[in-house]
Amino acid sequence: MAATETTTAKTPPGPGTPGSGTPGPGAPGPGAPGPGKNADDLAGLEAGLDALETVREQRVPVREVLLRKVLPPVTAVALVLVVWQLLVSGGVTDSYKLPPPSAVWDSLTAMWLQGTLLDVLWTSVSRALLGFLMALAIGTPLGLLVARVRVVRAAIGPILSGLQSLPSVAWVPPAVLWLGLNDSMMFAVILLGAVPSIANGLVAGVDQVPPLFLRAGRTMGATGLRGARHIVMPAALPGYLAGLKQGWAFSWRSLMAAEIIASSPDLGLGLGQLLENGRNNIDMPGIFLAIILILVVGVAIDLLVFSPLERWVLRSRGLLVRS
Amino acid sequence: MATAYAEAGDRTAAATHAARLTHVSKSFAGPAGPQLVLDDISLDVAPGEFVTLLGASGCGKSTLLNLVAGLDRPTAGSIETTGGRPALMFQEHALFPWLTAGKNIELALRLRGVAKAGRRAEAERLLGLVRLGGAYGKRVHELSGGMRQRVALARALAQDSRLLLMDEPFAALDAITRDVLHDELTRIWREAGVSVLFVTHNVREAVRLAQRVVLLSSRPGRVAREWTVGIEHPRRIEDAAVAELSVEITEELRGEIRRHGRD
Ligand SMILES: Nc1ncnc2c1ncn2[C@@H]1O[C@H](COP(=O)(O)OP(=O)(O)OP(=O)(O)O)[C@@H](O)[C@H]1O
Ligand SMILES: [Mg+2]
Repeated sequence: MAATETTTAKTPPGPGTPGSGTPGPGAPGPGAPGPGKNADDLAGLEAGLDALETVREQRVPVREVLLRKVLPPVTAVALVLVVWQLLVSGGVTDSYKLPPPSAVWDSLTAMWLQGTLLDVLWTSVSRALLGFLMALAIGTPLGLLVARVRVVRAAIGPILSGLQSLPSVAWVPPAVLWLGLNDSMMFAVILLGAVPSIANGLVAGVDQVPPLFLRAGRTMGATGLRGARHIVMPAALPGYLAGLKQGWAFSWRSLMAAEIIASSPDLGLGLGQLLENGRNNIDMPGIFLAIILILVVGVAIDLLVFSPLERWVLRSRGLLVRS
Repeated sequence: MATAYAEAGDRTAAATHAARLTHVSKSFAGPAGPQLVLDDISLDVAPGEFVTLLGASGCGKSTLLNLVAGLDRPTAGSIETTGGRPALMFQEHALFPWLTAGKNIELALRLRGVAKAGRRAEAERLLGLVRLGGAYGKRVHELSGGMRQRVALARALAQDSRLLLMDEPFAALDAITRDVLHDELTRIWREAGVSVLFVTHNVREAVRLAQRVVLLSSRPGRVAREWTVGIEHPRRIEDAAVAELSVEITEELRGEIRRHGRD
């Protein structure tokens, strides 16, 4: 150990007393201002600095939102319709293979007038949402376990990631044999499709928690379960939400696969069965309608639920850059 | 070989030190065997004392603070702190972005065991202490760099620890903001009577703030020399006395660094 020049510590000054150290080399600072004036100066200086450095966020006006966010997709859809109509008018193929947009529209209004449209939509959407909620309840603790317990991760982590690339249609045949043609079979297929996504999203979220936050939490006494609750879970939220979003997409896809393959009169009429019925009746407008409805529901749930949630979380953390 | 935290009940005037490092060494596994980063460091911080640790980049200052904070264990030697878990202020503000400034402080209060009813008022008081009265509901990204450091300081103070560890907390700030925060820190230290172990590689900052300056040598980090700073408060970083001692310490620090060039 190198020589130390001075080792004795001076007694610290009591609260509010001026420094008690012996005068060091040189004299104290010339003309130090009085404490009262000093404090005022300081407050003013800080206020100035803060005002200079703080970013002011502005809300985007509604007109601009319409122009930038609504107009482009509306234009794109209109364009698709125009091209579609042009192909039909040009007689590119037989009309039973490519029906005109108006025929699909007629199909839609017919279903609406029969009063079956909302029933069909609700049958599928309620199944998918219920299945998704079950997947959430299973995938979340599973994800936490895989992320935090090393043995569990080693044991099932790779399987969980592998399952994500398995098309959920593959689960339909065994599910039918195990559970029969009923709603439980549908839920089983949804769970097998969505649980891995949700769990993997959470694992990725936990893995990406900056170590600095964990260390900061530890110095504050957030360890173990308290650490999981106050630091790990909130810090992992963006990854978790991404997993939920993907989990929803998988739920919806799995359900459609199940509904198309396993149609039975006992099962209520959902969008998948609607599509399958269209095939059996060689009703092309009906098939187009079913496909469009499946697409619209998938996009709508994402736009109405997951995207706002994700944007809100990212924005509140300053992670969303408005361009 | 142990990091011992004396219980909060030991917070008596009888404690002769806020932190005591006895023959502490730390090595990390390197590509060519264990790499010794800290070598036989013995250092006491008295209750209420303000000590700055100076040293070249990479000499092990952060490693030392992490050891004192209990985030890591020494390879040899022992570290003892009195007055509960030390509060550590990181070089990066380390505020949680999912919480507002006020809620960050309230989390520290909550983890300390403060009852829910009193948390809000206490957080507001601490924000007032760092002169950020209006920042309670602000998100971290809405604050300037200097404001973030002050919130981080308030959060560290919320832990109500008798020992405040600070790792180059003001290194990334402009000179004027840093100057302001030096005044704040000095004021808070003298009012609250806490002990401070403050890491920096800015010599003037070290002299401006400390009662004692400890210079670490590099590779491995050892205590090279210590200075007692007797300059009266209030001090300013541009004071002649601060400058004079800084010149002396800088000379020594240069010597330390040069010594490595010759190896
Ligand atoms: N976890 C680790 N594993 C391996 N080596 C490490 C680890 N942490 C630090 N080191 C090494 O220990 C030495 C000291 O690092 P440390 O961060 O304590 O330096 P420092 O004095 O804080 O430097 P600076 O002033 O640049 O912040 C460095 O050589 C670094 O490479
Ligand atoms: Mg460092």
